[in-house]
Amino acid sequence: MKQLDVSAIKDGSVIDHIDSKSTLKVADILNIQNEEQMVLVGINLTSKFLGKKGIIKIGGKIIDQKEVNKIALIAPDATVNIIKDYEVVKKFKVAVPDVIEGIVKCFNPNCVSNHHKITPKLHVINKNPIKLQCHYCERIMNSKDILLI
Amino acid sequence: MTGFKQKDIISIRHFNKEELLSILDLAQRMEQTDSADLLKGKVLASLFFEPSTRTRLSFESAMKRLGGMVIGFAESGSTSASKGESLSDSVRIIEGYCDIIVLRHYLEGSAQLASDIVNIPVINAGDGANQHPTQTFLDLYTIQKTKGTLEGLTVGFLGDLKYGRTVHSLAYALAYFGAEMFFISPPSLRMPRDCIDELRDRKVKCHESESLMGISKRLDVIYCTRIQKERFADPVEYEKVRGVYRLSKTLLEEMGIKEDLKILHPLPRVDEMDDSLDTTNYAVYFQQARNGLPMRKAILAAVLGAIV
Ligand SMILES: Nc1ncnc2c1ncn2[C@@H]1O[C@H](COP(=O)(O)OP(=O)(O)OP(=O)(O)O)[C@@H](O)[C@H]1O
Ligand SMILES: [Mg+2]
Ligand SMILES: [Zn+2]
Repeated sequence: MKQLDVSAIKDGSVIDHIDSKSTLKVADILNIQNEEQMVLVGINLTSKFLGKKGIIKIGGKIIDQKEVNKIALIAPDATVNIIKDYEVVKKFKVAVPDVIEGIVKCFNPNCVSNHHKITPKLHVINKNPIKLQCHYCERIMNSKDILLI
Repeated sequence: MTGFKQKDIISIRHFNKEELLSILDLAQRMEQTDSADLLKGKVLASLFFEPSTRTRLSFESAMKRLGGMVIGFAESGSTSASKGESLSDSVRIIEGYCDIIVLRHYLEGSAQLASDIVNIPVINAGDGANQHPTQTFLDLYTIQKTKGTLEGLTVGFLGDLKYGRTVHSLAYALAYFGAEMFFISPPSLRMPRDCIDELRDRKVKCHESESLMGISKRLDVIYCTRIQKERFADPVEYEKVRGVYRLSKTLLEEMGIKEDLKILHPLPRVDEMDDSLDTTNYAVYFQQARNGLPMRKAILAAVLGAIV
């Protein structure tokens, strides 16, 4: 069996190929401090693709689509692996959706979405580098402007 | 007028070149034909949460001249919004009383929000610093009328280019017509970077400068905007800038301009254009304000499906 950089979990999810600098942010978005089971976080691991990568392993949890979308915004190269009985049973790349609803808020303080009880909605006008346009006020946000809810 | 019936008019970005040309053409026809009964029995709700003179009055006049009726308010102080009712609730209720909504609101994106909620058409009459598409339609109409064409013009935008939504929208629209653009402003009021980037992506030749000097001779059109005192923290800065961006007949003729230069301004002006210009052939800003009427008649008639 291949030696793992970060130890194995029996069942759960592994988020691999996270941009190293974004790892703790990803962990934060996934709210890992509220997990009941073992969570392992690795930063600055060596990676063929990224040079250095981050990895997060969450025991006992299968990550859902909405959470994956959130990750895609700050870790566009991440891969999600679903682990069952120590084996990778499913693997997928995170994907930035065409429309992002309820994950990112508009950075314009004068935007109606920041004053009324409505779900923020942003159109993805470019995926890499990420560019979002508010459905309401039309402002365009780059990665540095992105405010996660 | 396919493409306009029951359509919301929210942002200039939602219109392609053909649609723009067709609404300009209809405005032209509105000036020539009798259309007194076109919207008989229709009701326009004119909802102005923020004050406006020209836009509100020209919409209301247009509706009445087409035989329609107008309900609404000119400032939100007397409405349920002042009692805390949300915009969503307000438009949902008002939808039941009218056939079309014209909305001005200080929050950006408010017209889009309203149009997502109601089934009748919504016309954005200004949402904060964002969009004011019918102003752009009438600006285009004025340029087309006074220059004879929209194609291939060299246009100078002057004044407050940072906060001037009319500038952003007009520049966006003129990009369809192969315009070359000069953006002339004090450094603190430059055209936003993303607007310039977007124009360059659309192959527009953009130039930025702080003065008209050396450029004036090349311009077919000057679109002048008001520099607002409130934008300056330092009143001394304001005084400096105000002097530099004040156009007068003598100044322009000394710098050298094309004989058929046309000067537009969305009005109100403070003192960025001297009265000496008013009686020249360059000044078309009063005509521009008057064009609000045929243009808004065209929009109402097209959106309400009275014109085929
Ligand atoms: N049981 C397990 N517990 C914890 N982590 C695991 C487990 N099995 C695999 N992993 C981790 O999940 C990721 C994907 O595993 P996989 O065996 O598919 O590796 P890979 O072939 O390098 O995949 P990729 O091409 O996605 O990099 C790796 O980072 C691996 O260390
Ligand atoms: Mg690997
Ligand atoms: Zn917004």
